[in-house]
Amino acid sequence: MRKKLVTLALTAALAAGPAMADLVFPSLSYRTGPYAAGGIPFADGYADYFTLLNERDGGIGGVPIRVIECETAYNTEKGAECYERTKGEGSLVYQPLSTGITYQLIPKTAADGIPLHTMGYGRTSAANGKVFGNVFNYPANYWDGASIAVKYLLDQNGGDLSGKTIALIYHNSAYGKEPIRTLTDLSEKHGFEFKTIAVDHPGQEQKSQWLQIRRERPDYVLMWGWGVMNQVAIQEAANIRFPMENFIGVWWSGSENDVRPAGAAANGYKSLNMHNVGRDFPVFEDIQKYVVDAGKAAGAGDQVGTVLYNRGLYAAMLAAEAARTAQEIHGEADITPAMMRDGMEALVMTEARMTELGMPNFGPEFSVSCENHGGSGQGKVQQWNASSGQWELVSDWITSDQDVIMPLVMEDSEAFAAENNIEMRCN
Amino acid sequence: MFYREAGDFKTSYSNDSQTFPIKFDRYRYYFVLFVAFAILPFILTDYWAGRILGPFLVFSIAAIGLNILTGYCGQVSLGTGGFMAVGAYSCFKFMTGVDIWYPAVCEGSRILFFWCSGDATYEIWFQLPPLNILLSILMAGVITAAVGVFFGLPSLRIKGFYLAVATLAAQFFLIWLFNSASWFYNFSATGQITAPDTFVFGTQVTGAETKPWALYMICLVFAVGCAWIARNLTRGTVGRTWMAIRDMDIAAEIIGVNPLKAKLTAFAVSSFFIGIAGALLFSVVSGSAEAGDVFGIQTSFQVLFIIIIGGLGSIFGSFAGAAFIVLLPVALRVIGTDLLGWPSDLVEHFQFVIVGGLIIFFLIVEPHGLAQLWRLAKEKLRLWPFPY
Repeated sequence: MRKKLVTLALTAALAAGPAMADLVFPSLSYRTGPYAAGGIPFADGYADYFTLLNERDGGIGGVPIRVIECETAYNTEKGAECYERTKGEGSLVYQPLSTGITYQLIPKTAADGIPLHTMGYGRTSAANGKVFGNVFNYPANYWDGASIAVKYLLDQNGGDLSGKTIALIYHNSAYGKEPIRTLTDLSEKHGFEFKTIAVDHPGQEQKSQWLQIRRERPDYVLMWGWGVMNQVAIQEAANIRFPMENFIGVWWSGSENDVRPAGAAANGYKSLNMHNVGRDFPVFEDIQKYVVDAGKAAGAGDQVGTVLYNRGLYAAMLAAEAARTAQEIHGEADITPAMMRDGMEALVMTEARMTELGMPNFGPEFSVSCENHGGSGQGKVQQWNASSGQWELVSDWITSDQDVIMPLVMEDSEAFAAENNIEMRCN
Repeated sequence: MFYREAGDFKTSYSNDSQTFPIKFDRYRYYFVLFVAFAILPFILTDYWAGRILGPFLVFSIAAIGLNILTGYCGQVSLGTGGFMAVGAYSCFKFMTGVDIWYPAVCEGSRILFFWCSGDATYEIWFQLPPLNILLSILMAGVITAAVGVFFGLPSLRIKGFYLAVATLAAQFFLIWLFNSASWFYNFSATGQITAPDTFVFGTQVTGAETKPWALYMICLVFAVGCAWIARNLTRGTVGRTWMAIRDMDIAAEIIGVNPLKAKLTAFAVSSFFIGIAGALLFSVVSGSAEAGDVFGIQTSFQVLFIIIIGGLGSIFGSFAGAAFIVLLPVALRVIGTDLLGWPSDLVEHFQFVIVGGLIIFFLIVEPHGLAQLWRLAKEKLRLWPFPY
């Protein structure tokens, strides 16, 4: 009899599926492993924004939001597993926060008709909406990042980089290899010498790479790193006394967690960013009131206002805005993934709208169209101030060099289309 | 009562030496095959085929491969992940057509036909047409067997831990090679390999639109085939020479076993299976792969844990161990996240604790693994209900 009861309880627990209408946003997070330092704040920000919408506004358009969190540990196999497991729940959009997982999911999401948003990572050529119907990488991608960094350096050198050497220290994976093509083309255009130095996963050991940098003395070092690799690289750069202001990371190599371990030695380190820093925005008052003080913050609740928390917040905000756009287009509150895709394609982010959301000047203004899934391709440069313990923005929005990037995007995406027999959209 | 030899008369040698001499066992085996081939394909979902049964069958094949080398021949190997990567990358090259390049224009001296000392412009000299997926997987096995024999050469001189370190070097070298030589990933910008859509008898078996049953059937056919070959190899002459080498190599040599032949055949056959597993994992189960991420050292250890938990020197143990390692995390997550509602990171951390704890538990309580438990259960069942 007791066995029967247990079985009954089990079946009841398994059968109690989602009955009410809700908007499902899966969060493929990683709170474990060597990349957790980046994964935790992002996942917290992503979850907290949706909690805020639920608590303050009752969801989006009156429909409550359900966030399903699934642990990937930055592993592509686990990420794909999470996707298979959660796609049946009515998931609206996937944001895997991993380029490796993105590459796995691009064909799968195309087959299942679920949109994929890879904000500032993933497959760069997905910016071409003609080929990639349901993959979006607005507001900026890696090749934009590479170009923004070079443009910033041009600006620092009075518009001339000829004769300079720029080294790229990168995570030896799909993620780190992405900018190499663009930087090679940019080096030909601007006449600087370009060198690549690979760091294998997870990147705890970089003595030989920094010895090479010390020997070859490049003028600037760019970094495409993530997780523990960032902290080690900044520490090693400090050890060889590489001038920190000549060391620029991509937006995934510029959080508090990356610079703090090196202490005062990290002062002056720069990185790109695609949104604003700090918590001087009205939205944070609401988060404090409805989420943190109410004890509903995700994780430990200690990440509010950090760079990657803000990025998670920004990603959630863009997703929520796309869902709202989709509701307006289709006149239906309980949207499907296909409607969500239409909403993402029609997304327009204006300064007025961001101010309305309590995030004035938080990100760039941009609009998505059928052809352009990549947004405006703008970024800022931020610099670490070790004494105040804060990131400070040192540039305004820099727009990437579309003359170099667009041909590369077209070439790569058209090759993908030819390989997979994809018909061009938006005709 | 039902599970017994008595009354089951064998009238020929082939009958007497069959794999399942007991009638009950034989029928159970037919029943399992029937369920696997005729029932499961109809009720599979994407998740079950791609994330549970697919990896289970693939890791079973890899475990059979490692079991031949470690369990039957006694040669410790930590290079399984690297050999799986060889299988995956050669399968990819055969699927997309192997291309061979040569320096068409060479500024500098041409030392050999394929080697230019100065700057050179390369052109394709020869390109193989893309092979059928089944053939690609088999060829991947053959290539891996050759690579395995090459890295198995040190085993003629060194044993035990020293050999383990030599194979560990193979692991790191192979992953480094696939990460840095862009020819292996067809010069793609990211270093990822992605399986193109392929078809077997008009049914799609790789690519995103693959039906779950097709994915499952390909893995199943290869798993059953490999298990059948392995079982019959290990109870024949070849298997006996392997076991002789494992038990005492000097004695084996004195009674006339050729250690060179025995060790290298073990490396070849083992790598063949491991290569097939790598090819299947890349092409059919995941669809794309990156050497360091999927075939890293943790994969080598995973397969090693499978054969240790499953039982060294047992084909059944390879399947049991693979089921244990693949299913346990899924089961723990279902219990932790879905039933108890714990945060996902807590469940993930508990997985490390529980899997680690269970490995230690097995090593202490049952060093011969799940296969030994199975053997004991059969032994007891034979005497039931009148044990003496």
